[in-house]
Amino acid sequence: MADDLEKLQTLDFGHGCGVRNGRNLSEGEKIAVVPSKRDAFMQTGTARPKPRKRILSLTLNGRQREDAVSENLLLVDFIRRVAGLTGVKTGCDGGECGACTILIDGQAVPSCITLAVRCEGRNIETIEGLVKQGRPSRLQRAFHERLGAQCGFCTPGMIMSAEALLRRNPNPDDAEIRTALSGNLCRCTGYVKIVESVRTAAREPS
Amino acid sequence: MSRRRRDDDKRPGVPLIDGVEKVTGRARYTADLEHAYALVGRILRSPVSHGEIIRLDVCKAVGLDGVAAVVTGADCPHTYGVLPVAMNEHPLARGRVRYRGEPIAAVAARDAETAERALDLIELEVKELPAHYSSEEARAPGAALLHDNKPGNLEREVHHQFGDVTQGFAAADLVREERISCAEVNHAQIEPHACLADFDALSGRLTVQSVSQVGYYLHLMLARCLEMDTSRIRVIKPFVGGGFGARVEVLNFEIITALLARAAPGKVMMQLTREESFLTHRARPQTDMRIKLGMRGNGRITACECEVVQRGGAYAGYGIVTLLYAGALLQGIYDISAIKYDGYRIYTNLPPCGAMRGHGSVNSRHAFECLLDRMARELGLDPFTVRRANLLQAPTRTLNDLMVNSYGLGECLDKVERASGWRRRHGKLPPGKGLGMACSHYVSGAAKPIHWTGEPHAVVNARLDFDGGVTALTGAADIGQGSSTMVAIAIAETLGVPLERVRVIAGDSAVTPKDNGAYSSRITFMVGNAAIDAAKKLRAILSEAAARKLETNPGDIECAGEAFYVGAGRQSSLPFSDVVKLALIERGPITVSGTFTCPPEAQGGKHKGGAVGSTMGFSYAAQVVEVSVDEATGLVTVDKVWAALDCGRAINPMAVEGQVEGSIWMGMGQALSEETRYADGLPLHASLLEYRVPTAAESPPIEAQIVETHDPYGPFGAKEASEGALAGFPPALVNAVANAIGIDLSELPVTPDRVMEALVAKRRKARLDALAQKAAS
Repeated sequence: MADDLEKLQTLDFGHGCGVRNGRNLSEGEKIAVVPSKRDAFMQTGTARPKPRKRILSLTLNGRQREDAVSENLLLVDFIRRVAGLTGVKTGCDGGECGACTILIDGQAVPSCITLAVRCEGRNIETIEGLVKQGRPSRLQRAFHERLGAQCGFCTPGMIMSAEALLRRNPNPDDAEIRTALSGNLCRCTGYVKIVESVRTAAREPS
Repeated sequence: MSRRRRDDDKRPGVPLIDGVEKVTGRARYTADLEHAYALVGRILRSPVSHGEIIRLDVCKAVGLDGVAAVVTGADCPHTYGVLPVAMNEHPLARGRVRYRGEPIAAVAARDAETAERALDLIELEVKELPAHYSSEEARAPGAALLHDNKPGNLEREVHHQFGDVTQGFAAADLVREERISCAEVNHAQIEPHACLADFDALSGRLTVQSVSQVGYYLHLMLARCLEMDTSRIRVIKPFVGGGFGARVEVLNFEIITALLARAAPGKVMMQLTREESFLTHRARPQTDMRIKLGMRGNGRITACECEVVQRGGAYAGYGIVTLLYAGALLQGIYDISAIKYDGYRIYTNLPPCGAMRGHGSVNSRHAFECLLDRMARELGLDPFTVRRANLLQAPTRTLNDLMVNSYGLGECLDKVERASGWRRRHGKLPPGKGLGMACSHYVSGAAKPIHWTGEPHAVVNARLDFDGGVTALTGAADIGQGSSTMVAIAIAETLGVPLERVRVIAGDSAVTPKDNGAYSSRITFMVGNAAIDAAKKLRAILSEAAARKLETNPGDIECAGEAFYVGAGRQSSLPFSDVVKLALIERGPITVSGTFTCPPEAQGGKHKGGAVGSTMGFSYAAQVVEVSVDEATGLVTVDKVWAALDCGRAINPMAVEGQVEGSIWMGMGQALSEETRYADGLPLHASLLEYRVPTAAESPPIEAQIVETHDPYGPFGAKEASEGALAGFPPALVNAVANAIGIDLSELPVTPDRVMEALVAKRRKARLDALAQKAAS
């Protein structure tokens, strides 16, 4: 337990809001002082050096593009902020919920734990890219018609994971569908109509 | 009283009217709204569970280049909260902090990095005070008080007694008592909290877009906390990524974002992390229960006594209502002639609890249904038999004066018994496998709203203009449950037009009429009725215009299939669009207002707290759960669930199924794996890895059936469908585990360690018994 508490003291509240466990103070000491002085820049109040930028070229939903991006820019932020496609969602603090799932060269990947600069020359597909000539894909139609989406927040990531599945396995059984989608959390549907939607889409020509 | 009209279970229902936006990624949630040049908001949170703020110096933060505003408790002297009688919380702490993570100050800056640096420059000294993390500690004599006016850290106690409990227990053949506890859980809606606030310094107007389920309450609290005239505020609800109760009260970050926007002044985007979303909390409290039932040999319940202790967290929130629901909803499902309830809500140094799907009813229903099953077993009765022995007869009023107008629990029981093959399979499954069942119910909207103003319970406006489209304006918040679709169907059905002719605009205070919001499953019942009323008024206007043209009485006009006509033969018929033009010539563009009001006799008993639990219609549900238990690891797997819900009438059957499946599955999370835990007030669960929401791979097939009892007051006979089935899952699971391995568990969630502990205890007892027997012989 002592070890656990040691570890806890290193946690902070996401943005580094400086919340600390008061336990690391001596027994009699009851004054907790924040901020937590996370690094030298914080202590001096000076600006952190700017991350270097690099020219990144990749294909996004079939369009070639070139952008100057910071080396520490996450792919999800590249897609949302630089490219302006907000279909991809952030639902957690990193790699937990799957709402940010996109395809890199056909593989389903959580874009919130992927650096944009690692996608040089890659083919990125997002939920927006599945609509072809104004027509939603078979998965998008099935999720709509079968109520695979309720609040819809997990839906873009869920559909992209299902898309990757159907490309590598056109006729998945329910167990295979459930395994393929197990990295995408949904809080509305109990997954029943999601599995049904994927099953329905699989029966349609792509 | 089942007034089934015809067997139309096969109606498939319609997709959500906003579904295409969701599946194509076009739907804009709060974080997706245009905010390229908005300031970024960040919150400084309390580092301690309980403390006095000695010094809070924001000078360095204010002076940092790129910082537009810093706000602290000094910027808002007002409390906020959902219950007018219990607003004891400040958006930003003033003088005292009561849980780790409580907001203390906030910053708006040109970018995230600057905002975070500014937070680090805020100097804070807090004198720590003793903190309490369990109800027991907080109630102990001499415990430090969280709120000086609440001795014993007792937020509220409730003591209700209906009927003669002593006599009831005396008349019983079997009396049993159990202690059962449920861990605290969280909504874990997939969209983290977010708010975008825009203050225009020139006009003095504030526009707030937020993840709220209750835009109207948010509007009121913004006006209160910012001391602004309500007319200068506009609240808009964009797409919302799930609610489940997380957003049924105004949340601190919403007011903080508005305070920052005004201080800047400008546009501020606040996006909380998942960790902060967990800290904001407001979910189902950790609950300790003592439940006692008296039963006759035939399964008839003679008396019920229930004591509930809820660990409420640091502030009131919805607490009093949660506590009252836990007692009130012991009633309304079975016929019980004596019920005693003692409830205690305790302040502790943890994030405040609040409302979560099945508000207040879930944990006490769990305790009740577990004990009911155990007593049935002791009496040699089948679990279905014991429930059937206690069914109500609608219409009736409960002991605590709640109306039961339609009641389909009997049919629900029949359906799940048949579907699960219960009679054939119960008690005959291989070792380690078991079947369990339970029942549950929930209100279709609180008949007495929290902010009681005397106004109608719901208002829907309907507009008709030159384009011939019907536009429904509603304040009802669609949070994924499909309420806007329900409004569209109600209007289209009533007017006899296809769904495509109807457009729904929801949740914008500048445009839509006030609505109390998406909570207590009120929207279908109340807003649905108001939508039908609006459509009927439109129909009357159109029928009049058609009658003039057809030279007949408006009363002789019928409308269906986008036409107005006289009589059955449709000899003289006018298309809908022509009738609209005729009506517009008379009156110009038309707007009508439809309303719905719950009559006083629906608003609960006269006893203190009697309004909580009151509703015009209860939904009822029964479910059977099949489990496999691995006796080597303690792992419980749910193989299948069969459920049936009486929702009065399914306005959109597909959406009803979706709600039943989702609510049962959410009950499964609480039953199997979800649990918030804290170490000295620090959350150990504040990510979706540690907080174990079941994945697709761990989730069972759920077979949901619909029972239609055609409620006499519901819209088209409908009642709620989103919450009623949840509470049945945890007890059905615990009962199934008992059926599988002969162990009665008393704690939720049923994690492998809890199962193993019980198994080890059982084995040890068996060994000791064997030794004792050997010694004796």
